[in-house]
Amino acid sequence: MLSAEETSIIFLSLKVAGASVLFSLPAAIAAALLLARTQFHGKALVDALIHLPLVLPPVVIGYFLLLGFGRQGPLGGFFEQVFGLVFAFRWTGAALAAGIMGFPLMVRAIRLALEAIDPRLEAAARTLGANRLRVLASVTLPLALPGIIMGGLLAFARSLGEFGATITFVSNIPGETQTLPLAIYNFTQSPGGDAAVLRLCAISVALSLLALVLSEWLSRRSRGAYSGGAA
Amino acid sequence: MRLEVAIDKRLGALALKVEFNAAAPVIGVFGRSGSGKTSVINAIAGLLRPDRGRIVVDGEVLFDSALGIDLAPEKRRIGYVFQDGLLFPHLSVRGNLLYGAPRGAGGAVGFDAVVHLLGLATLLERRPSALSGGEKQRVAIGRALLSQPRLLLMDEPLASLDNQRRLEILRYIERLRNELKQPVVYVSHAVGEITRLADHVVLLSEGSVLAHGSVQEIFNRADLRPHTGRYEGGALIEAVAVAHDERYFLTRFRFAGGDLVAPGIDTPLGTRVRIRIRSRDVSIAMTRPAGISIRNILEGEVSAITDNGGAIVEVAVGLGGIDVPARISRQALDELAILPGARVFVLIKAIAFDKRSVGFAAA
Repeated sequence: MLSAEETSIIFLSLKVAGASVLFSLPAAIAAALLLARTQFHGKALVDALIHLPLVLPPVVIGYFLLLGFGRQGPLGGFFEQVFGLVFAFRWTGAALAAGIMGFPLMVRAIRLALEAIDPRLEAAARTLGANRLRVLASVTLPLALPGIIMGGLLAFARSLGEFGATITFVSNIPGETQTLPLAIYNFTQSPGGDAAVLRLCAISVALSLLALVLSEWLSRRSRGAYSGGAA
Repeated sequence: MRLEVAIDKRLGALALKVEFNAAAPVIGVFGRSGSGKTSVINAIAGLLRPDRGRIVVDGEVLFDSALGIDLAPEKRRIGYVFQDGLLFPHLSVRGNLLYGAPRGAGGAVGFDAVVHLLGLATLLERRPSALSGGEKQRVAIGRALLSQPRLLLMDEPLASLDNQRRLEILRYIERLRNELKQPVVYVSHAVGEITRLADHVVLLSEGSVLAHGSVQEIFNRADLRPHTGRYEGGALIEAVAVAHDERYFLTRFRFAGGDLVAPGIDTPLGTRVRIRIRSRDVSIAMTRPAGISIRNILEGEVSAITDNGGAIVEVAVGLGGIDVPARISRQALDELAILPGARVFVLIKAIAFDKRSVGFAAA
């Protein structure tokens, strides 16, 4: 049904999106906690910075990534020396770009979920002898779980569609950085690629629908857990 | 349990300045809404940091601004039952109960004992959202108890319940006091709850302590009556159940000023109870009336008359050392020519006493 090339494109896209969500989720939770639960000077600035990828042209983000995380870039050099991790023109770079583009969506969803939690529940947990860390792990995060799932899936879907920042930062290398949107773009540029474009578009629609259905199911399930009868 | 509180805290328009020192099994914090009651117990729990002051429970300093001591809430071993229960919605009843229970060898209060005491056995696997208001509150009490607190704070735990549930939970709270000897600070604006449960009362008004002392002292003081309730106000007496009338479902209670008959109260004979006599339920006669349905007719001497020139006056009649106030019309006062020192008869309908006005005194 699917050609080997298509399978590898899908696999790469899922790998990039999955890695981007997995690695940005802890940072997104931390950022959401910071914004939802603390007051500090410059909070508005931090909030704006987190939301920047949502409003900036993706190509600008891609270019900044190229400057910062390219092999000559200060951060790129650091990661290569310390962790042996290279971003430039690698699938890891595509994941990084996708992660940054999806970050504000994830933070927003988690922050909303955190703000909906009655802070007195956390106070109640502390009077029961739980320290801050245990309160976070046993009350705050479980109650924010629907928002965390929602944010993760939104970012995952956003990652699957990431184009501008990715192509600017890590180019369009088949088998390494050529995710679904990049492959579609490639085929539209080559004569006689119409059929391949349509097939990839159909796959893209199917994947997006799947993510939506999954997110709906998961959020209903986790909400149901709090209102249902039996444990 | 000994509790020392001396705190200052600015809370918007309210300047909280509370100082009291009490040793009693159950301390009632009483006052109108907005008088700072919840802020006081939040400070005891460590959920609100006072600007200045000192909080000591049974000799252990929980907070002292001068010494720089401010124990984290989780280090204070102070249980808290919130007005609306605040159960964890993502945990079952069992999970909620065990949340604060020490791991390994249980503490002084065991899981099974609490489940039995509060009647929770059939609820253990349910989610909080599947519980009624009264059930939630019972679980909240059990959860706090199982954290083995040296002191249990209760913030209007009956406020969100209907009358039937209130009586039910009140009975459970009385059991904690009588069977587990659990020290409690009970916050409420309901006279009935405070007089039933508390031994020592701290009366708050606009952020400061107006008076504190034994529950009888506070609720029998005429000068505090504007704060202890005009409509609900009255006298509080301690009495002992001495006889049951099985045929008419009446119980006879004896106190220094005489006997009182009250209906359908299943109090074992010999039990000490507190009975609240609401001043609006009390009438006065100059001679002992005959051919009357009123069951309680007691003779006493008028000790004071409070006349503010309005339609209603308050006549305090001494009965066995306690001033029982009667709210009557000024017209009646003049017609009967009631004067301080006069011998009068105090009339109280037996049915004026309901389950909410009779409570078990601490053993």
